Order: sequence, then C-alpha cells, then structure tokens
Amino acid sequence: MTAPDPKQLKKIAIEEYETLVQRVKPKPPVLKNSFWAFVVGGLICMLAQAIQNYLMARGMAKTDASSSTSVIMIFLGALFTGIGIYNELGKIAGAGSIVPITGFSNAIVASAMEFKREGYIFGVGARIFSVAGPTLVFGFVISVLIGVIKVFIST
Amino acid sequence: MAFNSPPVLTAWASIVGPREGDGPWGHDFDWIMEDYLFGEQTWEKAESKMLRETVKHAISKRNFEPADVELLVAGDLLNQLVSSNFAARELSIPFLGLYGACSTMAESLIVSSMLMDGGFFAKTVAAACSHHYTAERQFRFPTEQGVQKAPSSQWTATAAGAVLLESIGVGPRITAATIGKVVDMGQKDASDMGSAMAPAAADTIKTHFQDLNLPTDYYDLVVTGDLGKVGMALAQQLFVRDGLTPQPNYSDCGVLLFDESQEVFSGGSGCGCSACVLCGPLLKKMLAGDFKRLLFVATGALMSPTSSFQGESIPGIAHAVAIEN
Repeated sequence: MTAPDPKQLKKIAIEEYETLVQRVKPKPPVLKNSFWAFVVGGLICMLAQAIQNYLMARGMAKTDASSSTSVIMIFLGALFTGIGIYNELGKIAGAGSIVPITGFSNAIVASAMEFKREGYIFGVGARIFSVAGPTLVFGFVISVLIGVIKVFIST
Repeated sequence: MAFNSPPVLTAWASIVGPREGDGPWGHDFDWIMEDYLFGEQTWEKAESKMLRETVKHAISKRNFEPADVELLVAGDLLNQLVSSNFAARELSIPFLGLYGACSTMAESLIVSSMLMDGGFFAKTVAAACSHHYTAERQFRFPTEQGVQKAPSSQWTATAAGAVLLESIGVGPRITAATIGKVVDMGQKDASDMGSAMAPAAADTIKTHFQDLNLPTDYYDLVVTGDLGKVGMALAQQLFVRDGLTPQPNYSDCGVLLFDESQEVFSGGSGCGCSACVLCGPLLKKMLAGDFKRLLFVATGALMSPTSSFQGESIPGIAHAVAIEN
C-alpha cells in the first residue's frame, strides 16, 4: 500500500469543508428578494410609462417621447442617488433597481460622488465609469455586431 | 510561545463610529464619533485621525507624552497602510507598520510583546484601525450605489483600538502567543469572509492548546476577531472535529459588536472590530475581574479585489494572544 498523496488529502479536506460551509451558510431569501425586485422594478417602469404617456398626450411623437422619458428617468436616478435614497432602495430591491436605466444612472453618479475627493481629473474623470464601464463596452460591442448582422441580412 | 517577562497592558483606548456606538457595548468605548468624517475632509483622513487620537488617548491615561513611547506598532486595511503611516507622521514615535488584514491587532500585540520580552523596548503601543467607508470603496462598491448584500456578508467596523504595553507595571499581562499559519480551504466568495477565515482560527486555537499543553477550558473566554455568525458557527464545528473537549467558552468580536437589529448581516469585521472590542469591553471586564484569562484570536482574510478578480481563493490567518490577570 502506498502512502496517501498529500495533494489528494488536501482536496478531500477542502471538499469536506465546502459541504460544511454550504450547510451552515444562510441562504439568501430568494422569494422575498424576487418579490421586492418585481414590485420596485415594476413601479420604476410604470413611472416611466406614465411620463411617456403624458408626453405623448401633450402631442410628442412616440420616438421623441421615448427618448425624453429615458432622459428624465436618468435624471431621476441621478437625483435620488445624490440625495442618498437610491442605495437604500437598492438594498431592498436588488436587481429591481439595478436593471432599469435609473440603475445605470445610479452606478455612474455613485462612482462620480465616491471619487470626487481625489479631484476632478484623476478622481471623477478617471473613475466615473468604473462600475458602469462594462455595460458601455459590451453595449457598444453588441450594437456593432447587430449592425453587421443587419448589413448581411439587408444585402 | 510563552513570554519570560510578560509585558503589561497598562492602558488602552478605543474610538468607534456612531453605528458601533449604538451597539450593545456603546458605554464601554472611550470615544464615540458623531459622524464618519470625524471633522476631516475625507474618510481616509478620518481613519488616520481615529488611529492617532486613540494612540494619544491611551498614552495620556498614564500621563505620558507620545515622546515617552519607544515604539508604535500599528496597521490598517488600506493600500500602503496610509492610515497608520499618516497617523505615525503626526505622532513622531518610531514606527513599524503591519498588514495582517483584520488580524492586525493580534499581530501588533505579538510583535510588540516579543520586542519587549527580548529587552529591546520598555514602552510600546500596539494599535489597529478600520473605517467602514474607506474599506467599502477599496474592496467593494461605491457607497452610494444601490447593491443588495448577501446574508453572509459582514459590516466593516469603523473603529480603532490601541494598547500601551510596559515591561513593568500593574494590569493584565500578555503571557503567551501563537503565530498562525496561512490556511486556505478554497473558499472564493468575497461576501463570505467568515467561511474563509474559520479554518485558520480553528487551526491556530488548536495549535495554541497543543503547544502550551493546556486544557481546552483553561481560558475564561476564547474570542475570535471577526468571523461573524457564519464563521463562528463553522469554527464551533471545527472545534468538534479537532476534538477540542471540553469546548472552550467561545465568542466572536464581530458577533458581539453589533445588535441583531443593526442590519450588519453576519456581523462586524475589519481590524478595528477586534481592536475596539478588546480595548473596550473585554479589557474593561478583565480589569473588573469578570474574567481572568482571555485568549484573543484576531482573524484576517488575506485577499485583495485584484486577487479575487483573478480567481484566487481567499486564504485566512489567525494569531492568538493570551492575556491573563
């Protein structure tokens, strides 16, 4: 019989510990979180829809009304981040307040506020997209890909 | 290791943030800050001031001046140890900076004690601090960003603690210490540091009892640094596995520092968490004679955001310091 391989033993110890951790670790309350994400996310979207309907009722074309609504929602997201309400909302709603456009605005404004103390160039300027950057990069990549696909389909 | 001429803890001081002050031990801290900026322009400056003021306060309790102290051993969580370095700049005491993540308080006590037992110094200060918002912005997300925290995550404490050690004096003594190994059980979840650190804590505690050949109920209290509720439960399971019987009377500073209702999830963390609980309630209780023998095991998760993004697991470390009346 050969001596047990220490690497193998370590691996077994790690697996055993992982099982123990999974047993002890509290599970996130998925149902409750989903419920609040649904409610808050839904309310944000309802608000946006109400703004759009209002703009259209005042005689704006649909595309113009959509763009204006996005602008207003981004402004509101930034405003509520600035006065310290959006992060409280995020604690309860999770994805419900991250996914809408207001969440995107929150990520940018929060970074800007955070790094203001390092100055406007190396702080705000350099770090403003530290959280939202990936969204922009992959947004651009996808839009280019879709553009390419469109060229092929239309020719 | 056991000390031949155990250094004496002659004075200590603690400063905590408003939230920590609202916790169950609010009365036992020397100073509760009214806000997180502490009269400064930035959180980093506030953290440095906390450390500086705590050290000064501890020294002043013995009517000493900073110039009377021969060595300051301190650390914090920030890159390049800025809080400690900048605090030491103002204090102008000879200074050794340490990084042991959240285990720094025990590390600074051990280093000071060894230097004193070796006869190099007669008066040293060991200290550590952390600030919730400086840690958040370095390790996690901008503070105003709306993110949901996992129930296993912990709240970095805004707190600082400092101990004045003298080779001769009246007070509790540091009789023994165990320097811990870095233990990595492959945990990768950065929002669950308790699970990453618990094996290191259990390993150091077991080694401490074996090395000194002590019964496991020798100490009136064995207290870990910042395992939180999750890590504490795991550590207790590991004690059973390692055959530590009878079970030591065990608790955790991260669990003690806050109330259930304070929305800190699994509990407090950070260098300041164990530092302020030691330099606040624990030493106060020792002085009052509520317990005579304390094993202080500060625990640290040795990760950085870069190492996490590169897929590294989180190694843990724990150092044990035995404090006896």
